[in-house]
Amino acid sequence: MNTVPERFVVPIGPQHPALKEPGHFEFTVDGEQVTAASVRLGYAHRGIEKATEGRNWVQNLYLLERICGICSHIHATAYCLGVEKLAGVTAPPRAQAIRVVVAELERIHSHLLWLGVAAHEAGFDTLFMYSWRDRETVMDILEALTGNRVNYSANLLGGVKFDMTPELQDMILKGLEFLEQRTHDYVAVVTTDATLLQRTRGVGVTSREQVEELGLIGPTARASGALRDLRVESPYAAYADFPIVPVTATEGDLEARFVVRLKELFESYRLIRLILEKLPEGELQARMPRKIKPAETISRVEAPRGELFYFIKSNGTDQPERIKVRTPTLCNLASVCILAVGSQLADVPMILAGVDPCFSCNDRAVSIHSTKLGEKQWTWAQLRQYGIDYYRR
Amino acid sequence: MTWQQVVDDFKTWARVNSPWVVHFNTGSCNGCDIEILATLTPRYDLERFGVKLEGSPRHGDVLICTGPVTLQARDRLLRVYEQMPEPKFVIAVGSCAISGGVFQGCYNIIGHVDEVLPVDVYIPGCPPRPEAIIDGVVKLLGHLKDPAPQANIEEAN
Repeated sequence: MNTVPERFVVPIGPQHPALKEPGHFEFTVDGEQVTAASVRLGYAHRGIEKATEGRNWVQNLYLLERICGICSHIHATAYCLGVEKLAGVTAPPRAQAIRVVVAELERIHSHLLWLGVAAHEAGFDTLFMYSWRDRETVMDILEALTGNRVNYSANLLGGVKFDMTPELQDMILKGLEFLEQRTHDYVAVVTTDATLLQRTRGVGVTSREQVEELGLIGPTARASGALRDLRVESPYAAYADFPIVPVTATEGDLEARFVVRLKELFESYRLIRLILEKLPEGELQARMPRKIKPAETISRVEAPRGELFYFIKSNGTDQPERIKVRTPTLCNLASVCILAVGSQLADVPMILAGVDPCFSCNDRAVSIHSTKLGEKQWTWAQLRQYGIDYYRR
Repeated sequence: MTWQQVVDDFKTWARVNSPWVVHFNTGSCNGCDIEILATLTPRYDLERFGVKLEGSPRHGDVLICTGPVTLQARDRLLRVYEQMPEPKFVIAVGSCAISGGVFQGCYNIIGHVDEVLPVDVYIPGCPPRPEAIIDGVVKLLGHLKDPAPQANIEEAN
């Protein structure tokens, strides 16, 4: 008889019932215990960064918004802030405040969406349906504000596209009142429901040290006690005038991640009300030049999932020389492979959902195993040949 | 009415009343995917047409594709499609799935779903509103009830 324990690999994805996005995972299991995990990404890699070099500054705004449909506004905000910095233009205060209002509304929609998806992973479909029903309230607000439910296109280079009318303000306040009351219910559910707590309390614990080691960001890091929030650390747009109070927890388990994200919602409701009350008067858009002189800059904003980073380089024409995007999922995804090892296979979907992964955001880089050629650095010709060989069928 | 006709009518009745859908993201930006999910949740409630989101392609009747097909996702898309039992139908959701949309000219995409699979229903929009997705699904169910237009589509393909 064979005495060596057999390795059994459970492949998951890229088409799988749990997540709505393509990602391929391989979990090696011993019984129910996961002993190794690996991830294969790139199913949603479209080549956006290269495509930006062939489009002008205005066209890129709409392309970059479609990096991710969930956090589209924050991608456009990061891009606009960067390009405005390059051109030496500052958007008027009213435009900056409206940007923050839309960004916080987007955070509300994204966190409610995540609550539903995470509850679905835990097998708690009732919470999934409730949270998605309530999410329609914020979708209605976003639609009334911008005219579209997803990919709002609220930003323009140098400002925003629409004004905040008194009727819209009334609608937003009414919607927020309903959502605030519902969020209180959700906090009660995720902290007291015994069935859900069995799936979340003490599962996937990330220590404060691991946050530093793995470079985690966003709500995932804040649930482990690390204060990482760019809205506080380096305020952009109108966050300097309207500061937020960061939410953190110390436990680092999945329950803490639920609680941190839900408590952030209250902070968003408070901030939106404050901004609507003290909305600065003035213009909506500053004048932007068509061409931008050669320079380079970085732009960092806090997306719903963590820090979003843009590097933008101009070359004097109406098109960018290079745009590099680093999205929060890239930083957080590594933690899944570490945390999954040693846990039960049934907990793995929850651990994965716990970082709120977004593969559409993430899949802009192709990782190459350097062992194939035995070299760390590749020339352009080698890289090109690798690409041609890889996709030749 | 022959026995065969009775059996066929029964099969059509069953198919129209409970189409199980398989959702595959072929490289979309997530916008269409969250709208498809929103369509299945209480506000829009696509389940009243008997539609159920199914995880395994082997149980699916309808494949919903979103996004321009990336080179890496193409093989998986074909595998998912081939695993589905006959008869099977494909719905392309969103501008990207129809024409490549905003991603036209990107180096890593094929462009549209119907270069890879035969598509039965196209739902335009970036992303399509849930009402549009419901309309597309109902149109497909209408085709299933009345096979004549379906035959036309097959001829055109």
